Amino acid sequence: MSKAGWIRTLLLVGAVGALELACRTGAIAPTMVTAPSKMVTTLVETLRSDEIGMHLRHTLSAVAIAMSIAIVGGFVIGFILNWVPFLRRAFSPFLAAYYAIPHFAFYPLLIVIFGLGPVPLIVLATLFAMVAMILATMAGLDRVPRVLLKTARIHRLSLIEEIWRVRLPAAAPHILSGLKLAVAYSFIGVIAGEFILSTSGIGHEIAFAYDNFDNPRMYALILFVLGIVTLFNMAVFAWERRMLRRRGA
Amino acid sequence: MIAEAPRLASVESEAAHKVHARLEGVTRVYPPRAGHGEVHALGPISFDLRAGEFFSVVGPSGCGKSTLLDVLAGLAVPSAGTVEFEGKPVRGEVPDGVGVVFQEDASFPWLTVEDNVAFGLRRAGVDAAESKRRVDFAIGFMGLRDFSRAYPSQLSGGMRQRVCIARTLVLQPRLILLDEPFGALDQQTRLLMGDELLRLWRETSATVLLITHALDEANLLSDRIGVMSARPGRFLDIVETGWPRDRDSRLAERADFGAVTSRLWSYLRGESLRALGQGMAAR
Repeated sequence: MSKAGWIRTLLLVGAVGALELACRTGAIAPTMVTAPSKMVTTLVETLRSDEIGMHLRHTLSAVAIAMSIAIVGGFVIGFILNWVPFLRRAFSPFLAAYYAIPHFAFYPLLIVIFGLGPVPLIVLATLFAMVAMILATMAGLDRVPRVLLKTARIHRLSLIEEIWRVRLPAAAPHILSGLKLAVAYSFIGVIAGEFILSTSGIGHEIAFAYDNFDNPRMYALILFVLGIVTLFNMAVFAWERRMLRRRGA
Repeated sequence: MIAEAPRLASVESEAAHKVHARLEGVTRVYPPRAGHGEVHALGPISFDLRAGEFFSVVGPSGCGKSTLLDVLAGLAVPSAGTVEFEGKPVRGEVPDGVGVVFQEDASFPWLTVEDNVAFGLRRAGVDAAESKRRVDFAIGFMGLRDFSRAYPSQLSGGMRQRVCIARTLVLQPRLILLDEPFGALDQQTRLLMGDELLRLWRETSATVLLITHALDEANLLSDRIGVMSARPGRFLDIVETGWPRDRDSRLAERADFGAVTSRLWSYLRGESLRALGQGMAAR
């Protein structure tokens, strides 16, 4: 393991160990935080119960739908805005200010429009995630070196070929970073929405445990969400690394 | 064309010069924009590029050298005048048989050296066996054999430029246009790349047009050197060097080598000062 890797591991193990110790000795009351070991054992129990599978399915399917729409839609919109300069000029102030909007304030409105169910969650998460993808796609396409486009012309590529064989691969690193953000934002959108108001899903379960002072269960579920998101992120990260390593980045 | 035997003729009579590409009254004027009026970048320029010659263009910076290349390659449309390549008009599209190498690194970072070199062959409709043969040859010719599976990021600037030259070579161009291809390289690498360029030119019998700002380089490599004026660029003179076809960088040791460079500089000194003045005025 590298030096940085050792430090990272030490930090993580140290923090968890310190928390465990503080909880066991009573320095931190169990009504505040439960010990990490307890989080794990409660998580195992919770996962054994059958209803958690249903909540997990609801959450993950909402995330998957929002993520797909955000990534595909964000890419297409980003591409069009990059291609048509006057559209881009028209929309760029909105895009620049977009993440200043508190999206979750609109969640009640979405429930009024779409009813209480998966749809407002998906809409919320999509709105939250898509613009990151739009911005990354535009940034990536902006940075395609002009000499590569000239090279495409010299090879007399058709427009489709130019896009497929030159523009997209050249823009890929930026687009991929947008994709990573879109993944993270989709999770945040769905789980936070569930937390605010929902009838099912992991976020709802966390909120439910919280409302009932069921600390062990609440922490177990938080740990669970953390685990899932980390796993997902690591998969995308590994894919990105494999691609970028070849380019010497 | 690469496999063809090198041309033996090094002495040709003036009458035997075949025209490979012809520019007639070519100008390039950029329309007025915010901040400045109409910019007359180039011309009018008229000249014939002879089949099989090594022609260099030198001139002060900003004189429209690259514009000239773009127009000749069909990457830019002339504002007036005509461009012909092998008797056919060139207008806004790169003709078949023309290869271009740029100053900037134009290798594709996501492709291996091999795939970079083969890039244009898919489009050219060459079958797989022939493709492989040509790629192997071009990679060997440019001395990239040991790096065929490497990515451009693992190569030096000079090596990447070789990849771009090899990528042009596989398409067997009859006219190779080079826009300051060694501009970003150090002096020693430039000299070596120049020798390789001469070897390539001899063995492919292609016509070469090289844009450069290095007078020694132009002198060393060329049969003829077009000296351009400050903007709008026109040819002040076309200097014939008279060097043997079989030449390399050792040519610089010849007693009469310096005379040609001096002659180029005598043309360019005044023009470079003028160009410098234009630059100051624009600021």
